[in-house]
Amino acid sequence: MITTIDLEPVNKILAQIELSEKLTNGKIKPAYLIPLLQDIQDEYGYLPRKVLEHVSTISGIPLSRIFGVITFYEQFYMEPQGKHTIKCCRGTACHVKNGQKISDTISEILGIAEGETTEDGLFTFETVACLGTCFLAPVVMIDDQYFGNLTNSEITKIINKYSPKGDMP
Amino acid sequence: MTLSELKSLREKIEISKKLIKQRIYICTTGCRASGALELVAGFNEYIEKNNLAGILEIVESGCHGKCSQAPLIRLEPSGYYYGKVKPEDVSEIVEKTILGNEKIERFYTVTSQEGEKGFFGHQKKDILLNCGIIDPKKIDDAIGVGAYMQAAAALESMSPLQVIENVLESGLKGRGGAGFPTGLKWKFCHNAPGDEKYLICNADEGDPGAFMDRALLEGSPHQIIEGMIIAAYAIGASRGFIYVRAEYPIAVEHITLAVKQAEEYGLLGDNILGSGFNFRITIRKGAGAFVCGEETALIASLEGKRGMPRSRPPFPANSGYMGKPTNINNVETLANIPLIIEKTGKTYSETGTKDSKGTKIFALAGDVKNTGLVEVPMGISLREIIYDIGEGIPDGRNFKAAQMGGPSGGCVPGEYLDLPIDYESLKEVGAIMGSGGLIVMDDRSCMVDMAHYFLEFIQKESCGKCVPCRVGTRHMKDILARICGGKGEKGDIEKLEELAVTVKSSSLCALGQTAPNPVLTTLKYFRNEYEAHIFDKKCPAGNCRDLLTYEILEENCTGCGVCKKNCPVSAISGEKKEIHSINPNTCTECGKCFEVCKFQAVRVS
Ligand SMILES: Cc1cc2nc3c(=O)[nH]c(=O)nc-3n(C[C@H](O)[C@H](O)[C@H](O)COP(=O)(O)O)c2cc1C
Ligand code: FES
Repeated sequence: MITTIDLEPVNKILAQIELSEKLTNGKIKPAYLIPLLQDIQDEYGYLPRKVLEHVSTISGIPLSRIFGVITFYEQFYMEPQGKHTIKCCRGTACHVKNGQKISDTISEILGIAEGETTEDGLFTFETVACLGTCFLAPVVMIDDQYFGNLTNSEITKIINKYSPKGDMP
Repeated sequence: MTLSELKSLREKIEISKKLIKQRIYICTTGCRASGALELVAGFNEYIEKNNLAGILEIVESGCHGKCSQAPLIRLEPSGYYYGKVKPEDVSEIVEKTILGNEKIERFYTVTSQEGEKGFFGHQKKDILLNCGIIDPKKIDDAIGVGAYMQAAAALESMSPLQVIENVLESGLKGRGGAGFPTGLKWKFCHNAPGDEKYLICNADEGDPGAFMDRALLEGSPHQIIEGMIIAAYAIGASRGFIYVRAEYPIAVEHITLAVKQAEEYGLLGDNILGSGFNFRITIRKGAGAFVCGEETALIASLEGKRGMPRSRPPFPANSGYMGKPTNINNVETLANIPLIIEKTGKTYSETGTKDSKGTKIFALAGDVKNTGLVEVPMGISLREIIYDIGEGIPDGRNFKAAQMGGPSGGCVPGEYLDLPIDYESLKEVGAIMGSGGLIVMDDRSCMVDMAHYFLEFIQKESCGKCVPCRVGTRHMKDILARICGGKGEKGDIEKLEELAVTVKSSSLCALGQTAPNPVLTTLKYFRNEYEAHIFDKKCPAGNCRDLLTYEILEENCTGCGVCKKNCPVSAISGEKKEIHSINPNTCTECGKCFEVCKFQAVRVS
């Protein structure tokens, strides 16, 4: 599949970087790399290789260093993500409240392991260390929406709502 | 703004607040997950429709603490907390309680005005005070309850050394995990040579099961900024960072907004309150790495690198961000600072025990009736937190252990319920205060599984830089997985103990150095459970899947067929209306039949 990547958005992001984040020669400070990648990912939904090469040329930060950073942090993606992201909490409170089972069920329903995206591009499944809503354990977050005190049958119903036949947008 | 302008602004806000007598404080932070915003919309719509604008005001506040009742609201002046409120309850609440002064028992859970007992009675809300009484999105609300007054006082009439002296005298220890005396750390940084210094607020809160930093960032962000201004003044920093966990979108939103508002008021920036002191704060979001909560890893991350810890010394106080002297403090630590300046260090130190001063916020979660955030004076017993504040274990089950301190901590068994909670006593029993996560477990939790869970967590989060942590925890995890899977062997326990000692003593950072703690404490207090797994191939808690057998109880089975229909491997047979049975050779112990049976006819053993 050949897709062309529009460099317009990344150029806009690069142009908006504040002076205080730049070196005297006008190049971007390497310390600003992570917020920069976060902004790019917010815009593109992931970090396309083409865009990264462009950033490396403009900023002078070696591509190897950019890749090093991206592969270290869990929240950077180099592949397009699903339309909906399902985050299943695997924190301690959720574990005590059967979180493992919820995670297994999601995996089973979607037919993918954690970190993967369904073939139709609808769902990406992730597990996270704690969503900070332990009082609702076990918790799952779909996009910005929290679902708490879950049982296996409830999570099945909720995921169905997000499917093409369901009533969620 | 100058100090006198700040003071007159506060007075003005206080007077204008008095004009409205009735308020409903709706937690829109933690409770947002339970529909709090819909509730706000519902109340506001009702107010508009019924022309109640001058009589009743809705405040979008921070966390009230009793999160198990979410969405939770407080009504003033009655002080009643109503829980599990839905948008359709709005008119009833306004008509009966606000206009009619009548208490609705159905929603009522607790009051802020009760005596010496109950949920709030055992607490001492010093640090969490502002969460729940102000709208954290409005700087005027915060100023109205005194925000920035202590920073102003410190800048005007105290020298940096006097500030440090007060913090030293207060006895405050870091709330981020290690419990290092805060004043001492400030002193090191203050004394470090160089005039470019940095202050970092560690808001990475990675410890699973802890959410107090989240609540403070969301519910009282100006308190943290004020603490930072005072800290920066004391150590001589003109630039600060808040490194906040990206999994907390509301916290990121509120703290970002708060910094912006403080800048607009001249409370951050150049010549703060006319004192000549300059200080700016930059907010950075984490990118999903637990180890970045460790201070040297966090600094590496701020520098735009892979977030890997390095060995210390040099300590950040001498060589931190960009090699410059840097002081790094946890959110809750910084939130304590304004109180210390207000009360003086000496008075602050009157709360708590001999070596642990002040209050501590705990995130109460797991198998306990009242889950939520509680703030108690140091030295209170575990029993008071779990049974008096938490109201005990639900479903009539028994207490088994409390997990304290997250992946670096340990499981505290029932025999230590009366242990006073402070840094020292917890260390003695093998747990740590950590960040204050307190997860209660009942008799259905398997301790070997818990140990495995934490090692799996550590394994996933280990940055891989040093061998003991990367490889050692891997072996420990594998052994634990084997034990839980019914393939434990004689000698496994000894191997675990040996590995634990090695990993503890030779890992580079505290992630590895403390990783064996969950294994060591469970081995210490629940060794018989390990032995049951290894030698009897049984999980006494009925938790480890591979060690369970499922059978159908003839006397309860109605032959409804639901279990048969739901069994993913067709291990269940039986005709409709006749007693069913499970074929143990096909059964994968997934537990589905147990879950779906409405007649308690499936027995797990
Ligand atoms: C693996 C690891 C994770 C940590 N995570 C956090 C954290 O999420 N928040 C925090 O404040 N401190 C965390 N710490 C402790 C910090 O290294 C540091 O001690 C703390 O931020 C100092 O602040 P304090 O003195 O105010 O407690 C962590 C330490 C380790 C080893
Ligand atoms: S442990 Fe799941 S939200 Fe905290």
